[in-house]
Amino acid sequence: MKRFDLRNAEEFFFKSLMLTTTVLVACCALFIVGVITQKGLSSLSFEMLTQTPKGGFYLGKEGGILNAIVGSLLLAGGATAIALSISIPIAIYLNVYTKKNSWLAHLTRTSLDVMCGIPSIVYGAFGFTLMLTLGLRTSLLAGMITVACLILPILCRGIDESLRMTPKEMIHASYSLGATRSETALKVVLRQGFPGLLSAVLMAFGRGIGDSASVLFTAGFSDAVPTSLSQPVATLPLAIFFQLGTPFPEVRSRAYASAFVLTVMILFISLLARLLVRKLHRHVIK
Amino acid sequence: MQPPKPESRTHIQTKNLSVYYKNTLALNNISVEIPDRAITAIIGPSGCGKSTLLRSFNRMIDTFDETTVRGSVLVDGEDIFSSKVDVTRIRKKMGLLSQRPSPLPMSIFENVAYGPKIHGMRNRQQLEVLVQKNLQIAGLWDEVKDRLNESAASLSIGQQQRLCLARGLAVEPEIILADEPTSALDPISTRHIEGKLHELKDRYTIVIVTHLLRQARRLADYVVFMYLGELIECGPAAQVFEHPKEQRTQDHIKGVIS
Ligand SMILES: Nc1ncnc2c1ncn2[C@@H]1O[C@H](COP(=O)(O)OP(=O)(O)O)[C@@H](O)[C@H]1O
Ligand SMILES: [Mg+2]
Repeated sequence: MKRFDLRNAEEFFFKSLMLTTTVLVACCALFIVGVITQKGLSSLSFEMLTQTPKGGFYLGKEGGILNAIVGSLLLAGGATAIALSISIPIAIYLNVYTKKNSWLAHLTRTSLDVMCGIPSIVYGAFGFTLMLTLGLRTSLLAGMITVACLILPILCRGIDESLRMTPKEMIHASYSLGATRSETALKVVLRQGFPGLLSAVLMAFGRGIGDSASVLFTAGFSDAVPTSLSQPVATLPLAIFFQLGTPFPEVRSRAYASAFVLTVMILFISLLARLLVRKLHRHVIK
Repeated sequence: MQPPKPESRTHIQTKNLSVYYKNTLALNNISVEIPDRAITAIIGPSGCGKSTLLRSFNRMIDTFDETTVRGSVLVDGEDIFSSKVDVTRIRKKMGLLSQRPSPLPMSIFENVAYGPKIHGMRNRQQLEVLVQKNLQIAGLWDEVKDRLNESAASLSIGQQQRLCLARGLAVEPEIILADEPTSALDPISTRHIEGKLHELKDRYTIVIVTHLLRQARRLADYVVFMYLGELIECGPAAQVFEHPKEQRTQDHIKGVIS
């Protein structure tokens, strides 16, 4: 009897521990969203979402953050596209073309893992140097390249992990029908890993759109929506940073409103990711 | 119904075939001939190299890391391990059924159309005809004809195995290789697959690996008995089962070793 009680107590203890931590995490998230909503919602207006800053915007005058919204989307979108076009071939190579214990695959994965841990300001500094070497100025293009470097390891490892889940037998089934490795990679492995790939893309996009340190020296800032790759571009994190740094309460309130916009965008992206993954899971073989 | 069989010819032949995984000797100096248009069963206790022998027939052994192949495998007299051979052409000659069905991550239709598409068939109508024909041969058509666009994952395991049969047949092979194709299936699905293999043996060379003696007795025209990587005995099923020459074959059939 005693033993039974002890096990029950143990069960109860761990259950409550898990519940507590879960609630704690949920509370943190809610608290953050709550604060930015409470501080920013009053300044959030249609005008703010649809206009670029007018003269004196950062002193509390008219205008909005359209430049930063569009800028962030362009920058993160372009960066994701660049990173994706490098990541897919790497992930396919790692999963279809290398042998099981290949040192090259091991080295690549380790390097990517290390790159995941490098702080984004370092990517910013690297991007800045790269920009000067390439003879670029602070611009949308320079920002895209830097953010692409920042999200490349995350994206690449994410895709790698989702392709790695492809069962060996499935790959063999394709080979046994006379398919080549590239046909198998494109038509079977990518298809089986597609939901995972997509969620990796959206995660990388979310990381790219929210990062400020990497774009600080490379994308610059501009009150206008850029019309070419060589123009500097505003981003939401920097817009928040600049507005928060002013002594004017109404501008600081706009900073929170901008933070709210950014959070909603990221929230939307992760919800979209979940939804798409669920929808696309249709053909995936478990 | 069927015309009498012409004299059986050798379809697959191995000559002094040895296969190593890294340093493990999995096949030791195997020389065997597989006749066409008949079912040959490879039997023997597990780990004796049955799957490895089958993998050598369609060069799937190439896809395993660090294997060494010595000796030769001739298909229609052609040495398939020769460096000039296009491996995809060899594999196209053979349909493979594996231990667990492995459908591809696409619809039922696309699964069967996958092989023909890879080999250049683009015409939608032709594909539809081909898919229907092979699903019918595999005995799956009636069950799936209204849900061809559903995922292959939605089928039961038994149906998936028949889908894999249809998929293999769709590349118009001459040989069907089956590695314990019913070991994951329930008795009814097992009977289904066995029935199909029996029907197909007039048109295809069929090699089935099985550790079930009863299955071998039910299906096989020829039997290859292997033990610890060596070929112990082979010949017509009746002879091997009723009058085995080797002591080890007798022991295995009587269930002394397994
Ligand atoms: N991928 C592999 N790597 C290393 N050794 C293997 C591999 N596959 C099979 N073997 C070894 O080769 C021998 C024959 O295996 P296998 O052909 O699978 O036997 P069976 O199909 O008769 O059970 C066994 O000793 C097994 O351990
Ligand atoms: Mg086996």
